[in-house]
Amino acid sequence: MPEKTMRDAINEALHQAMEQDDSVFVIGEDVGGCSGSAGDVGAVGGVFGVTEGIYHRWPDRCIDTPISESAIVGAAAGAALVGMRPVAEIMFADFIGVCMDQIVNQMAKFRYMFGGKSRCPAVIRFSSGGGFSAAGQHSQAMYQVMTSFPGLKVVVPSNAYDAKGLMLSAIQDDDPVLFFEPKILYQETADVPDEMYTIPFGEANFVREGDDVTVVAFGQMVPKAAAVIDALAEEGISCDLIDPRTTSPLDENAILESVEATGRLVVVDEAPPRCGLTADIAGLAADKAFSSLKAPIKQVSAPHSPTPFSPELEAAYLPDADKITAAIKATLA
Amino acid sequence: MSIPKETLLHAYRTMKTIREFEERVNAEIMNGQIPGFTHLYTGQEANAVGVCAHLDESDTIISTHRGHGHCIAKGAEVSGMMKELFGSSEGLCKGKGGSMHVADIDKGILGANGIVAGGPPISVGSALAAKIRKNGKVAVSFSGDGSVNQGTCFEAMNMAVVLQAPAVFVIENNYYSEHTHISYAVGCDDLKARTEAFGFPVFVADGADFFAVYEAAGKAIAHAREGNGPAGVFAEQGRYHGHFVGDPQAYRAEGELEDLRENHCPLKIFRAKMAESGELSDAELDAIDAEVMAEIEQSVADAKAAARPTAEQVTEDVYIQYTATA
Ligand SMILES: Cc1ncc(C[n+]2csc(CCOP(=O)(O)OP(=O)(O)O)c2C)c(N)n1
Ligand SMILES: [Mg+2]
Repeated sequence: MPEKTMRDAINEALHQAMEQDDSVFVIGEDVGGCSGSAGDVGAVGGVFGVTEGIYHRWPDRCIDTPISESAIVGAAAGAALVGMRPVAEIMFADFIGVCMDQIVNQMAKFRYMFGGKSRCPAVIRFSSGGGFSAAGQHSQAMYQVMTSFPGLKVVVPSNAYDAKGLMLSAIQDDDPVLFFEPKILYQETADVPDEMYTIPFGEANFVREGDDVTVVAFGQMVPKAAAVIDALAEEGISCDLIDPRTTSPLDENAILESVEATGRLVVVDEAPPRCGLTADIAGLAADKAFSSLKAPIKQVSAPHSPTPFSPELEAAYLPDADKITAAIKATLA
Repeated sequence: MSIPKETLLHAYRTMKTIREFEERVNAEIMNGQIPGFTHLYTGQEANAVGVCAHLDESDTIISTHRGHGHCIAKGAEVSGMMKELFGSSEGLCKGKGGSMHVADIDKGILGANGIVAGGPPISVGSALAAKIRKNGKVAVSFSGDGSVNQGTCFEAMNMAVVLQAPAVFVIENNYYSEHTHISYAVGCDDLKARTEAFGFPVFVADGADFFAVYEAAGKAIAHAREGNGPAGVFAEQGRYHGHFVGDPQAYRAEGELEDLRENHCPLKIFRAKMAESGELSDAELDAIDAEVMAEIEQSVADAKAAARPTAEQVTEDVYIQYTATA
């Protein structure tokens, strides 16, 4: 199977969806690029290159916009309400701050408020997460916040293979989907089939299988946790590593069955801890698998602080191998 | 218009400082010394300096992601800025903010801003405070040609008129928002007219020419300061670098950059005008060049030697006071 980067895998999914269904279009800032310039219109393909090449094949369905996030999301939502399948790009997940209303008060709630009589099959893509010294307004995960809103489906791929299959599912899905791409993983590679395939929402992936501890991790924390678990295997500690892949819907069964078997739970996410996914999963286990637990649940997250700029500070801010290792060992102490 | 010699010397020094700061930052990014996302202001120096020449410390500015020039022009200390860009705990923002968040509240610098058009509404708040306090202060926000298409910018402009607040909106047209040309992103042909339609006057200047910006900004700032409500400045001048370091700049026309550097250089134009009027001599300007070079060199040496932040500092300065039992 060919190796592809996560960036290329998502790009390929977009190309294939555009090819298959002409109601699919991409829209966002510089998704084509250089519009109105004397230079090479379409040369950019998004600042991370995820929509590269689309303009040259489908100029009518690759739509550059002004810097207007509310209108980008709103336009995607509106086009979807009348039957299109837009894939909008919001360059950084942090910019949800600008277009929150269109996401949470508008597209998330159409179907419910309209008594089940509408569909809004829009996908909004975001680059997400820390690791670039990009400071407080360009580093946030944000998917944990958006998971709390009923009506939205929320996807967080952790590798190129999943990213392609999840993107194709997102585009086919009839509900609004927020698709968070951990930007630190764009250049990471995996084996990715050339043909189209989908990965169903609400189906977790067991990245590692083991008996002693259940580790649940999200996005860029999945490869970090996998490396820790591989190192601990040499010390004779074996862990399940669960990547939920979609935080809404959430594969509760996979997590609960694993916790029932291991009796120990560590949850790892890069976002700050309050009202986040680590607390959410810990709450799930405390509520539904309490009698299986042999040790307190451990949560590994960023602290309750914005993302700092300086590389030393950001390294201390994001969960790392040491913190994940310590948490796993604490459940075994 | 005659400008005091003091002002001329300061203007040239500040433009040169911005130029050399940015060129050095570019080099240090290439060397891997400056992390994160950095946007350079090279070429647009006359805008920041022409505007800030009319402000004192207690007037405020709010800047953008391309903020180094605005901050230097408003009096931010170069060495503290360089340390910040290097991520030192001795930086202006203790290494917490970096290039996109340089700020110095005591100097009336309400921050560079990583959110396009995050600034104008905040600037209206500062202007409103000046109006309530009747202290004659003004609040200036800088916006790019791309940021004026953001709803927050529209809302701020309209509300400033409604409140008759002394807000000055400086629109810097460098022709591009990232890779997109203004002729695409601004739907109408006349951005000045669109802005004036909010209900305030907009003064236009050639952004390569300090004297033009100085004059236009002088009118706008006087208008706001004298209690006539908001005003605007519209200045056109291209940036010399890519949107970010490493930008392949596929949007440029053939010869565009050469033309900008050759025929639209604020420093060259300033020097030519001084040579013509005889107000400042080449020797005086050369001496400033040498001092600026030395200052930038020193700021880099200081930044390299400055203290690095430690892990405990991550959670400092989130709040002024915050008590929770662990
Ligand atoms: C809300 C938001 N959307 C998008 C971006 C990404 N972005 C950063 S700078 C920029 C272009 C800004 O163009 P302009 O306002 O003309 O300023 P210039 O870069 O030309 O100085 C964009 C799209 C952002 N930082 N914030
Ligand atoms: Mg611009």
